[in-house]
Amino acid sequence: MSELIRRYGTSLTWIIIAFTAFWLLVLVLIPNFVLFEFSFKPYLPVDQLGGPKDFYSLNNYWTFFTSPIHIRIFFQTVLYSSAVTILCLLLSYPLAYFLAKVVDAKTAPSIFLLLIIPLWVSEILRSFAWFIILAYNGPLNALLQGIGLEPVRWITGFNAVIIGLIYSYLLFMLLPIYNAISSLDTNQIEASEDLGASLWRTHWRVVIPHSKPGIASGCVMVFMLCAGSVIVPSTLASPSSRWFTEIIQQWMFEGLDWNTGAAYAFLLLALCIIFVSLVMRVLNVRLVDIAK
Amino acid sequence: MNSHRFGHYAIRAYVVLFIAFMLLPLVVMGGAAFNNTRFPSIFPWFGFTTHWFEELWADGRMWGAARNTVFVAIAVVALSVPIGTAGAILLNSLQARSRSIIYGIMVAPILTPGAVIGISTLLFWYKFNVPAGLHLSVLGQVSYIAAYVMLLVLARLQSFDAGLEEAALDLGASHAQVVRRILLPHLYPAIFAGALIGFFQSAENFNVTLFTRGNSDTLTVYVGSKIRSGITPTINALAFLLIAATVMGVIIYEIRRRRADALTKAAED
Repeated sequence: MSELIRRYGTSLTWIIIAFTAFWLLVLVLIPNFVLFEFSFKPYLPVDQLGGPKDFYSLNNYWTFFTSPIHIRIFFQTVLYSSAVTILCLLLSYPLAYFLAKVVDAKTAPSIFLLLIIPLWVSEILRSFAWFIILAYNGPLNALLQGIGLEPVRWITGFNAVIIGLIYSYLLFMLLPIYNAISSLDTNQIEASEDLGASLWRTHWRVVIPHSKPGIASGCVMVFMLCAGSVIVPSTLASPSSRWFTEIIQQWMFEGLDWNTGAAYAFLLLALCIIFVSLVMRVLNVRLVDIAK
Repeated sequence: MNSHRFGHYAIRAYVVLFIAFMLLPLVVMGGAAFNNTRFPSIFPWFGFTTHWFEELWADGRMWGAARNTVFVAIAVVALSVPIGTAGAILLNSLQARSRSIIYGIMVAPILTPGAVIGISTLLFWYKFNVPAGLHLSVLGQVSYIAAYVMLLVLARLQSFDAGLEEAALDLGASHAQVVRRILLPHLYPAIFAGALIGFFQSAENFNVTLFTRGNSDTLTVYVGSKIRSGITPTINALAFLLIAATVMGVIIYEIRRRRADALTKAAED
């Protein structure tokens, strides 16, 4: 702080502090406290606010813990988000390694340029594309029938949601892992091979340990985006696949019970916080490594 | 040796499949914009038409939503860039412990689901009787887009030589001059990248906007309600235009990159 004043003078220092304080207090911290506070209050008409019924309780959370359907949907969301995260990791790692270490440095940027085209087209259109492809009378089944196979009912259970989530968030896994592997000295890989390590061993003992921050970053982002996804589950859902964010939307828009909605939103936030700390613990990385 | 060969081909095939997986859905979606059928698909093919583009062009709600999207994105950039830059400069001057706490708070919004950001923003301003609307969407989006700007500027600050500031101050420059002539010019590439990323992040935001928008539309919300209420290939027409713009951008970027490569190579020879 005194260093800031010395370098930029008093008035500029105050501007810098004011901007940052506005961001962290007004846009981040206090809104989250308000969300937390709201979640303990009952939903009341305006004229009863501050009245005898307006007290803190755990009732909104009680609504969740006494609803077997909501609990099941919550755990399905956790389960399928984790599955998508793991699938994205398995799909991305070989490609990230190939682009970082095998392909020559001139081709890699061109391949990346192709791969990130979908990122510029909004998420909602990306899942809409799969809605067309996976339709029962859609192009994928036409292709299957063309090569003599039976058509498949794709949009059933969580199938289509999983495909849509993988497609939407795969690159959030690929990019951080690619960055992490790129920073590994290729000599280390060659040394490992020269000393007789097998392909698996080289990856297990040299490349993967080095790319842990990238893996952690990718897993955290993909899980958070999946669990918090609104678009993909609503576009590609079948009658039997419901997502936790849909329950939150019900409270906010249909039930118009913002307090219970706040409690459910807080549960989603708590889930993501737990997942981040779990990944940091398991992979032994710091937040600074994740957010690169 | 043979198994090595096989691995070589296998990984190449995998790359091709991966690229196809990422791009073919866009081809299907864009192609369906020209199919003469009410339900968007590329199969069966009912004949070529530009009807859906005409319908899109005549859709007043779409134009309003597009205008809103641009306004919101500009407002988000105008707020995120100074906030994120100030945050990075402040963070850079802090010491170990307070630095890691503030850093944690700053990056937290990136790791928070958009629905949570949207609802907490809505409730916070509701307390002050500020009704929902696109102004709240802007504030909600700024909370995490400023973090992207902060990360970019912070990375750029690592390569900044504070000695230059000292020298300027010693030579009698004012603090404002130091910032304008030395610090900011060094940060411009990061600030520019942050503005670009912020603009597109805002334009494609759905979750925060959904909970804060009130009755206003942005393009993503408009597409979302179309998909729920009744799909027509006008959405595909919109998607085709966005994809075409992206592909054009990619081609221009690639040509310029190759040309720059060739130039440096020629200079080396």
